[in-house]
Amino acid sequence: MKKISVLLIACACCFLLIFFSRCMSGSSAVTVDTNYKEPFKKLSQYHFFKGDIKQLTPNDRVLPYDLITPLFSDYALKARFVWMPEGTAAKYVKDEVLDFPVGTVLIKNFYFPADFRDLSKGKKIIETRLLIHKPDKWDALTYVWNADQTDADLNIIGDTKSIDWIDKNGNKVHDEYSVPNKNQCKTCHAYNGTLSPIGPKVRNMNHDYSYTDGNANELDRWAAAGYLTGYNKADNIDNKMAKWDDSTTGDINARARAYIDVNCAHCHRKEGMANPTGLYLNFTNQNEASLGILKTPEAAGSGAGNFLYDVIPGKPDESIMPYRMTIDEPGKMMPQIGRKLVHTEGVALIKQWIAGMEQSSTNNKK
Amino acid sequence: MKRNVFITTIICFTAIFFCSCGSDKKSPDASGFTYSEDFQNKLLEQCITAEDGSTIEIPEGKFLLKKPLSIDGKKHLTIKGAGAGKSVLSFLHQTEGGEGLLVTNCNDITIQGFTIQDAKGNNLKLLNCDTIAIRDMNSTWTSGSDSTNGDYAYYPVQCKHLLMEQCEASYSSDAGIYVGQTINVTVRNCYAHNNVAGIEIENCINSDVYKCKAENNTGGILVFDTPGLPLHNGRNARIYDNDCISNNGTNFGKVSSMVSTVPPGTGIIVLATDSADLYNNRIFYNKTVGISVICFQLTGKPYNDSLFGPYCNTISIHDNKFDSKAISMPDMSKDMGKLVALGLKGYKDIIVDGSADPKLRDNKGQVPDDYKICIRNNGDIKFANLNFWEVKGESDITDHVDHDLSKFDCEHAGINGNGSN
Repeated sequence: MKKISVLLIACACCFLLIFFSRCMSGSSAVTVDTNYKEPFKKLSQYHFFKGDIKQLTPNDRVLPYDLITPLFSDYALKARFVWMPEGTAAKYVKDEVLDFPVGTVLIKNFYFPADFRDLSKGKKIIETRLLIHKPDKWDALTYVWNADQTDADLNIIGDTKSIDWIDKNGNKVHDEYSVPNKNQCKTCHAYNGTLSPIGPKVRNMNHDYSYTDGNANELDRWAAAGYLTGYNKADNIDNKMAKWDDSTTGDINARARAYIDVNCAHCHRKEGMANPTGLYLNFTNQNEASLGILKTPEAAGSGAGNFLYDVIPGKPDESIMPYRMTIDEPGKMMPQIGRKLVHTEGVALIKQWIAGMEQSSTNNKK
Repeated sequence: MKRNVFITTIICFTAIFFCSCGSDKKSPDASGFTYSEDFQNKLLEQCITAEDGSTIEIPEGKFLLKKPLSIDGKKHLTIKGAGAGKSVLSFLHQTEGGEGLLVTNCNDITIQGFTIQDAKGNNLKLLNCDTIAIRDMNSTWTSGSDSTNGDYAYYPVQCKHLLMEQCEASYSSDAGIYVGQTINVTVRNCYAHNNVAGIEIENCINSDVYKCKAENNTGGILVFDTPGLPLHNGRNARIYDNDCISNNGTNFGKVSSMVSTVPPGTGIIVLATDSADLYNNRIFYNKTVGISVICFQLTGKPYNDSLFGPYCNTISIHDNKFDSKAISMPDMSKDMGKLVALGLKGYKDIIVDGSADPKLRDNKGQVPDDYKICIRNNGDIKFANLNFWEVKGESDITDHVDHDLSKFDCEHAGINGNGSN
């Protein structure tokens, strides 16, 4: 009898302990079953964030990161996180995406501040995209946030969201923002026909990030957190992209090549969906013809305007590449998906790059 | 005052006259269509989540879609409607995406029995698929010959084992049926009309195009090999039993496109391709040239591709019928047309540039038999050989023209296309 009551008390204590520890941390541990047949219907079920979910406060072992030069998505800001199962780590790869272990989740939240001049005026999270490394392949999942910003629901077929904000110049902007459907995710995330991450490459992460405990190099932090193996810092001092809009990080050529690598080369590389075009804009390509210099377009149709070549050195206003970036009409614009608005600053960068190219021989040195 | 009215009236009539002559644009087909978000979302979801081996049915009716459809990574899938013209998908008000229907990375896919129209880019694109059947389809733009129409009505690219049959393609601003960088191609019993190019086979290996009708395009059937693409050196094509009729349409292609160089009034062009057999075709009422066999240099387009062979080798043209009765002057809107009209003094049934790869010529300038252009049994034809390889420096292209068919009296065995017939 006594034994039983001791046991009961012990059990109760255990339960209380678990209960309180959960309360203390504000949430459960991250929950990812990589063998799922049906993914979670709600973002909250993964417990990537603790406390008030819309604050995007990362749970234990959910590590924030960013990219030096990000993809343009209608000016959306992005909060990126990575999570890997205990005891696993990504393997270092020099020029491509890191080799992530099974179970990895890359988490990307797309949000718009009400006023880009004053981020304290609040924000609206539109969608959270997950890339989950299942045992046999990556899967892309999109969760669309509800109006109250209390959770986000799994979405397969995409969505369109009307969004308004004030831009950094004080102008009102309206956007019919497009949440991609599941197949559209793969349009960009295709590597030789299979789904693959794009962003987390050494050259695009090799800079300082402002962590809650101070600034640190992202790759150093990943290594320290046990999320990266085989990385030798000394070998990668120069393995670093320019930040497209920061002239202290590289000259016009370096910044333009960074920009087109990130904004075009997910498709426009030999392994991407735009392979048939023969136009390859990836960072490591040094072949002038396939970089578009005096290259006639393949299947550009009306997207080519009245122009003959992708890039004419010295003549940005007669080059197809910046022209297609200035269009917002489906079927003609580039990229074909992922934006509804024109990235004015990006267009200016590419035009400046082309204007400065020598007309006789073209300079694509990094 | 009266005089002003009179002048205005004249200006109006003149304007109407020029408008009506310049193109055949019209309002797009929107009547009878319904847009339902539920329908769109259901079809989108079916396309995305379809199980391997299943069939996606498109009901009879006229449906507007604002979002593009896509199918990726499926096996043994069929998407079918109640018949071309019965199930109609219109992308007239498309808000995103470069295609109407995009099919990628599939193995064994059948697309049949519906109409796709008015997509912003291409109506139907297939990329990296193996074993494809496209049949009983219609793909068109409904505003007439408009340069803002999409590029390709059908755009299979980098695929293998493609069969297209009983498909209609019209009003593409590039090619109606465009097959690119694909291996083992059969296009048969198809009807391509009012496009810039009717049927174009580009950088493909092993192709058969037969029993098709290409009518009222700028150019009827094109067999092209172009530089700068991953699949190099398109070869081994058979074009036979086709009707290429009255391909005299205005070239409304964009200047950057290869087809923009095609002169109106063209039946068939073979460009920079090796091993092509053109026979038993009826090539009637094309006002500039019935068949031309030309090297890439003649397009005037530059290229920078060391793997690219710009010449046509091993070409056979036999047993075709030509009829140039009741046709007017050659078209003069393109360089090739001017050459025919002025340099060659009018329409020709067959023009060859006579310029096999110089590396293949022996020290007397002769091309070995296996690589020759052979022309035989085409009736009493109007023929010109440009001898383009002799054109050097400032000499004019017309200085070297001759009309001697006897050098071409040969035949090739072993061009077997897709070998499907």
